[in-house]
Amino acid sequence: MKLTLDIWRQKDSASEGHFETYEVDDLDPGMSVLEMFDRLNEHLILEGKEPVTFESDCRESICGCCGVTIDGHPHGPTPHMTTCMQRLRQFTDGQRLRIEPLRAGAYPVVQDLMVDRSGLDRIIAAGGNVDVDAGSAPDAEALPVEHATVEKALDFAVCIGCGACVAACPNGAAMLFTGAKLLHLSLLPMPKIERNRRAERMVAAMEGEFGACSLYGECSAVCPEEIPLTAVAAVQHERLGALLARKL
Amino acid sequence: MSEETAFQAPATCVPGVKLGDILDSKIPDGDPATAWLRRRTGYATVSPANRKKFTVVVIGTGLSGAGAAAALGELGFNVHSFCFQGSARRAHSVAAQGGVNAARARKLDSDSLNRYVIDVVKGGDFRSREAEAYRLGIESVRLIDHMNAIGAPFAREYGGSLATRSFGGVQVSRTYYTRGQTGQQLEISAYQALMRQVQAGTVKLHPHTEMMDLIMEDGACRGVVVRDLFTGKLYAQPAHAVIICTGGYGTIYYLSTYAMGSNASAIWRAHRHGAYFAGPSLIQFHPTCLPVTSPYQSKTILMSESLRNDARVWVPKKKDDPRPPEQIPPEERDYYLETRYPAYGNLVPRDVASRNGKERVDAGYGVGPLKNAVYLDVTDAVKQLGAKVVTERYSNLLQMYRQTIGEEPLEVPMRISPNTHYTMGGLWVDFDLMTNISGLFCGGEANYAYHGANRLGANSLLSTSVDGWFTLPFSIPNFLAPRLSETLPAMNDACVLDAVDRTKARVEALTSIHGTRTSTDFHRRLGDILFEECGLVRSKESLTKGIKAIQELRAEFWDDLKLPGEGEGVNQALEKAGRVADFLELGELMCVDALDREESCGAHYRVEHTEGGESLRDDDHWMFTSAWQTQAPSAFDGNPQMSFTRHMEPLEYKNVHVARRNYK
Ligand SMILES: Cc1cc2nc3c(=O)[nH]c(=O)nc-3n(C[C@H](O)[C@H](O)[C@H](O)COP(=O)(O)OP(=O)(O)OC[C@H]3O[C@@H](n4cnc5c(N)ncnc54)[C@H](O)[C@@H]3O)c2cc1C
Repeated sequence: MKLTLDIWRQKDSASEGHFETYEVDDLDPGMSVLEMFDRLNEHLILEGKEPVTFESDCRESICGCCGVTIDGHPHGPTPHMTTCMQRLRQFTDGQRLRIEPLRAGAYPVVQDLMVDRSGLDRIIAAGGNVDVDAGSAPDAEALPVEHATVEKALDFAVCIGCGACVAACPNGAAMLFTGAKLLHLSLLPMPKIERNRRAERMVAAMEGEFGACSLYGECSAVCPEEIPLTAVAAVQHERLGALLARKL
Repeated sequence: MSEETAFQAPATCVPGVKLGDILDSKIPDGDPATAWLRRRTGYATVSPANRKKFTVVVIGTGLSGAGAAAALGELGFNVHSFCFQGSARRAHSVAAQGGVNAARARKLDSDSLNRYVIDVVKGGDFRSREAEAYRLGIESVRLIDHMNAIGAPFAREYGGSLATRSFGGVQVSRTYYTRGQTGQQLEISAYQALMRQVQAGTVKLHPHTEMMDLIMEDGACRGVVVRDLFTGKLYAQPAHAVIICTGGYGTIYYLSTYAMGSNASAIWRAHRHGAYFAGPSLIQFHPTCLPVTSPYQSKTILMSESLRNDARVWVPKKKDDPRPPEQIPPEERDYYLETRYPAYGNLVPRDVASRNGKERVDAGYGVGPLKNAVYLDVTDAVKQLGAKVVTERYSNLLQMYRQTIGEEPLEVPMRISPNTHYTMGGLWVDFDLMTNISGLFCGGEANYAYHGANRLGANSLLSTSVDGWFTLPFSIPNFLAPRLSETLPAMNDACVLDAVDRTKARVEALTSIHGTRTSTDFHRRLGDILFEECGLVRSKESLTKGIKAIQELRAEFWDDLKLPGEGEGVNQALEKAGRVADFLELGELMCVDALDREESCGAHYRVEHTEGGESLRDDDHWMFTSAWQTQAPSAFDGNPQMSFTRHMEPLEYKNVHVARRNYK
């Protein structure tokens, strides 16, 4: 199988970027998009050229390292699927693909297809955690949790932090990411205790670096974990809750 | 054993190998059941006001590293935390699926701390420390409480209590889980706790930064040299203590269930400075991996063995049966695990399941286009429990199978084959998790602890977490307490400059070969050699062949490697080359270890040491841990001529009755 790739090349965040065209013809439809990059890079290295920089680690859609934009789709054309799981069998032999990094104002390009998503870590540092030191937790059985509540918390806790939601948003908002964390923690008995404080801090950190939400819904449409738009609504809800608590 | 007999070191059959010292694990004398409690209570402490005067470096942000860094930060120590990924949350712990064991023993299935310890020691085929298994069991109780409190949404019964399931190798239900993504939920919780300390200012995080070397002074570890993978910049971070928590090195086989960046480099550099490497060839192959399907495949994906609770493993009774699996009637199916091991059936330990699967495939009963797989079938469970229940239990595993293979597992049996999954081997550590180098500690999968010759399912999330949250936060202060007057090396001290120079020399050595083959090429060939000669099944002949082949490949690497660019800026090919260079040295030691150990135990299966097809231990001679030392003339820049010394830690069992494993 053969594909023609227009790939974004950029030396570092200070340099201008541009597209370069490559043809790879020893591909197999069962390969993933990242394995296609592997092939390309093997060829480039042997030709004495600079290989394309891209991020990946677990290659089983859970670490959140990978993510490029293919023909305008964050992660790739198959919805709800990380780039590492996107298979070449979805393309036709000879097809031309346009490959760019995940694009967002808050994601400076480090090199080529690799971007810096540390803004997401700063939201978590600001409040996406629980104020309990090791050793001081109560017995987990002493705090019964309904089966359905845990399942619901998990629906949001599954976020892999890939940040495709931000890249998909025309405004570069991190609402889905932030809301998923707020909901995950607000549903569980211990983490729920500092719910208001958490909402204030996380939202402040989010607004400091990421864009505003205009309810486009693109975020949820690309999310590999299919986190629903309820997470976006939750940001407003949790923020208002915190505000009210402050007034009372 | 009531009376201690003097330990007699068996001779070695490997030419050039020297016999070394008898090692002391520093486990307190007396009953192993209380050894940890006694040790913990006896530890020295550092007063809260003095803690910030101590700098601790933690390499790795998986469950062990993030836990240790966060807990030490909570205590008030000055912590520097490093990982090679762009975010601390991405450590490979995130990929663990099935669950985490805990000896909470709340149910009426006769579970207890003692039963847990028996399972661990027996599962490890009597090649691990009894007292350590007790530590795991004891600390497991509050580990679950802690992870639950900081955000891990453990599965719950309808009545609200914690749910458990049973995992390979045991007959009780003590595995806690969050759907099929337990590792993710534990890792995210630990990462969040780590970020809380970053915000509090106790932890300084260095993401996208790789450890390149140790700063060594008078035989003690005094910090690290690292490379910022975004800028290529090398810098030193002095420390009073260094903890390496860099995970397993199974990627040495090229195809594995590990992450692309998983490596042995941090522990191998430590090893080359004198830290002993224990049981390097003890490597677990997981029976339930997706089979290899494409020529340029970069890894294999694991399907959690928790599936074996509800799935049945089989192959057709007829060789080369052309029928699709759903058309083969039950009586023409060979449920070989159920018939060969009636007591444990599909839940036999991984090594047994893997070898039996390989045996069936090698005997010509393999299925799938490449005939390299066996069936893992949940369709019976779907009939009994309904698709909804099965989906709720394993949703992401089933989804992964659909996405990768393109078939519907609820209707068509899945295909699986064994692949590299867990490295029991790692740096030798004492009961405090300190290596034989003063000031250098090692936690998580990177060390050799707890699991002996074979790790039980769901026991690694436990051991890595317990190392990080409930062992190192006690043993590190104990180490630091008497060192209040020790100042850190300055940036222009000889030991720091030496370490930086060594690192630069190595980068230069790699980039100046200007050969014709990529590091991926060498890596793939190394993986093939190891799979063939030092894999699921080993023999004197294969291992001898393996050693020679690896030596030749390593010479070729240092003569013919091709790398783009210099050391500056982002250079992923250079990162990879450094890791492959280390694998090419470790691979030889793995074969030496496997050749030296003339018995079969756990994952180490030597064809010369079997009885009725099952592995045969030799407790009279080999009931000890081999901890290797490697001598090589040069530093790290070039192809070394290595020679090896086997040090030994004798093992004894006071509470668990030593017996042969029997899962029939
Ligand atoms: C697919 C899969 C499924 C599993 N399922 C289970 C399960 O169900 N139950 C169970 O108990 N166990 C399971 N395991 C095993 C378990 O997940 C691991 O053993 C454990 O999580 C390892 O944790 P760790 O902290 O030692 O290392 P890791 O989580 O691998 O973390 C390693 C860290 O070290 C860093 N690092 C590595 N090298 C360097 C370097 N040179 N410089 C700087 N940083 C470095 C990395 O960036 C990372 O942060 C599974 C393993 C795999 C691969």
